[in-house]
Amino acid sequence: MNASAPAPRKLRVATVSLGGCFGCHMSLLDIDERLFELIEKVEFDRSPLTDIKTVGECDVGLIEGGLCNAENVEVLRAFRAHCTVLVAVGACAITGGLPALRNHLDVGGILQSVYGEVPDDPELPLPLNRVLPIHEVVHIDHALPGCPPPADAFWQLLQDLIAGRTPVPAPGLIRYD
Amino acid sequence: MVVNAAAVSEPTAETADAVLDRWQRDPLALVQILRETQAATHWLPRSLLAHIAAALGLTVAHVEGVAGFYRFFHTRPVGRVRLLFSDNITDRMLGSEALLAQLCARLGVVPGEVDAQGRFSVDRCSCTGLCDQGPALLVNHHQVITRLDAARVDALADLLLAGTPVEQWPAAWFEVVDGVRRADLLLSGLAADAPTLPAVLAQSPQALLDQVAQSGLRGRGGAGFPTARKWQACRDAAGPLRCVVCNADEGEPGTFKDRVLLASHADALFDGMTVAARAVGAQQGFVYLRGEYRYLLPQLEQVLARRRGQGLLGRDAAGVMGFDFDIAIHLGAGAYVCGEESALIESLEGKRGTPRIRPPFPVQAGYLGRPTVVNNVETFCAVAHIARRGGAWWAGIGTAQSTGTKIHSVSGDCARPGLYEYPLGTTIARILEDCGAHDPLAVQVGGPSGACVPASEFGRAIAFEDVPSAGAFMVFDRSRDLFEVARHFARFFAHESCGLCTPCRVGTELVVRRLDKLAHARGAGRGSAFDIERLRDLDTVLHSGTHCGLGASACNPLRDTMRHFGEAYAQRSTAPQFQPDIDLDAQLSSARRATGRSDAGAHLHTDTPA
Repeated sequence: MNASAPAPRKLRVATVSLGGCFGCHMSLLDIDERLFELIEKVEFDRSPLTDIKTVGECDVGLIEGGLCNAENVEVLRAFRAHCTVLVAVGACAITGGLPALRNHLDVGGILQSVYGEVPDDPELPLPLNRVLPIHEVVHIDHALPGCPPPADAFWQLLQDLIAGRTPVPAPGLIRYD
Repeated sequence: MVVNAAAVSEPTAETADAVLDRWQRDPLALVQILRETQAATHWLPRSLLAHIAAALGLTVAHVEGVAGFYRFFHTRPVGRVRLLFSDNITDRMLGSEALLAQLCARLGVVPGEVDAQGRFSVDRCSCTGLCDQGPALLVNHHQVITRLDAARVDALADLLLAGTPVEQWPAAWFEVVDGVRRADLLLSGLAADAPTLPAVLAQSPQALLDQVAQSGLRGRGGAGFPTARKWQACRDAAGPLRCVVCNADEGEPGTFKDRVLLASHADALFDGMTVAARAVGAQQGFVYLRGEYRYLLPQLEQVLARRRGQGLLGRDAAGVMGFDFDIAIHLGAGAYVCGEESALIESLEGKRGTPRIRPPFPVQAGYLGRPTVVNNVETFCAVAHIARRGGAWWAGIGTAQSTGTKIHSVSGDCARPGLYEYPLGTTIARILEDCGAHDPLAVQVGGPSGACVPASEFGRAIAFEDVPSAGAFMVFDRSRDLFEVARHFARFFAHESCGLCTPCRVGTELVVRRLDKLAHARGAGRGSAFDIERLRDLDTVLHSGTHCGLGASACNPLRDTMRHFGEAYAQRSTAPQFQPDIDLDAQLSSARRATGRSDAGAHLHTDTPA
């Protein structure tokens, strides 16, 4: 056996929560001890796990949450520009989810009601009129439904992508609740 | 106007009571009761629905659910005169949209809304079955005006603004012609010396069934199910009571052959229904007449009354001892899905027209759970001929698998639109030649849920084994854009989805939005291969995942035109990558207003950079 064969390049993965609750990220962590196995094959780029602030060139981007504001749009676009494969993870990314419940209200009116004097600091991202699912703004390659998707669904997706297969979630792992 | 008035006004209640009494307060007649009540009250306020619910022993929720389902029932105020422009693609090709705009401008109304004085409302409706004499419009769900043009619309606006009652409008406007261009067996009618119905019914039920079996007749509604097999299944099903239903809900856009059969060959239809009743042992018959054909009701009732007088219906019908059979006419109220037989039966039972899960099939458990035969108007008319001249005679016409003749409703880009009846197996090219189609690009055979046949396949024949047809034959010449035709049909299906299942309710709408994006959305050049791929995905989901045939066939025009006219799609999907269909900068407008910001961060560019 040739021990000097170079280790296969690790899959570079970035993750982000846009208009989400981080519940999908928590579910990813629920793969538990398989994280050790995963980290042998995957290295994380921008992600809450690494605290890297900007996304670099990646093989895979996992997007949790829908688009609530201008910053979400810019971050999503950066992910699309840098990730070969982009996956919409969870109900909010796929449909807008709970945050989209505000869609029948005027967001300017909400700001007025909440703040009275609405802050105008350019540092603050402006909210969109409507919360949007991410596929309305960029091309999405795969979707992982669920609120959150089960840990096994994350595991299966990453195993497929590591192996170079087209991810097809097993029926038992497709959840819409 | 107060929609939730506490009590229904007395005259309104009296109107409803008179209708309720006429229908003997039968909850199964709910759809009919709502229709007849609204004919007098213009719309159906909640208080009135509650009144009807109480009288029928139904919940208000049930009655509201039914009233809310049908397009021709209004649960909000409408104008005293309601005008609905037929919105089939053939009406549009004849300029209906410009005429609609012209009328609205003259009347000062917006499509879909009532004018300030509550005098009139103008809107669109699905095909009214007058494609050979369009553009057409429906007046108060009761009359039709054909052959609209700018002058007619102008005169119409004058009368409307002057408040002239509909009865005093020029009679010529309401003229509906049969437009028979080529008559074969069915459109020629029964021979004067043909055996009478009593002579026909002297045969045993089994002999009648055998004749139909021998004829090889297959259903003319589109599915082509062998008629005798359907009848046999009904006859064999358990239960003392059986029904025969004529599906006269001719809703498939571009189809108008049943209108002519109903108008000019009603006796043949009723003969066929009576033969079917005798063959299967049915006591009760229904004609489910689409609401758009309401103007045919008086003459059809007249024919039925005459036949009762002649002893052809009622006790010992046609002189057959112990054969008690009568026919009632129920009207639809503007729901395409009710052309699906189980939805039609639901509607007959006074409910929302939601298709049932099959099995059980109607032949096993149909109207009120009774074994029920549902056949198309043309099928019953064919039976009237077969029962007289024999199955072998019919089987000798057409092809081995597709016996007899078929009536085609020809419309669109041709010199001579109208009805053409040919033996099955006739080529599309022959029909095109006969109707005077110059330079045709494609024909939509069988309506939107049928097939789009390109010029290269005009040699194919209309037959169950080649190109099956429910009777529509819409011609498009080379000036037409088949992408726009498919988009129009997509809107039709989204409009007519019953809303029960998500793949259809949401899917049909997603198809429309995606096609709208390709069509124009926010300027050209934003469509990409990605959009085409999503359309293919939607086709797969709808074709395989919907509750009934409406959703399953909703993408047929899309699939056919993508296959045959891919260029029309390719030229609309030239963006190198996905581009959003949303003006993202406009999405920040409300927050910009609330914050008063105009800095760079308060804006978003929309296009994805290359």
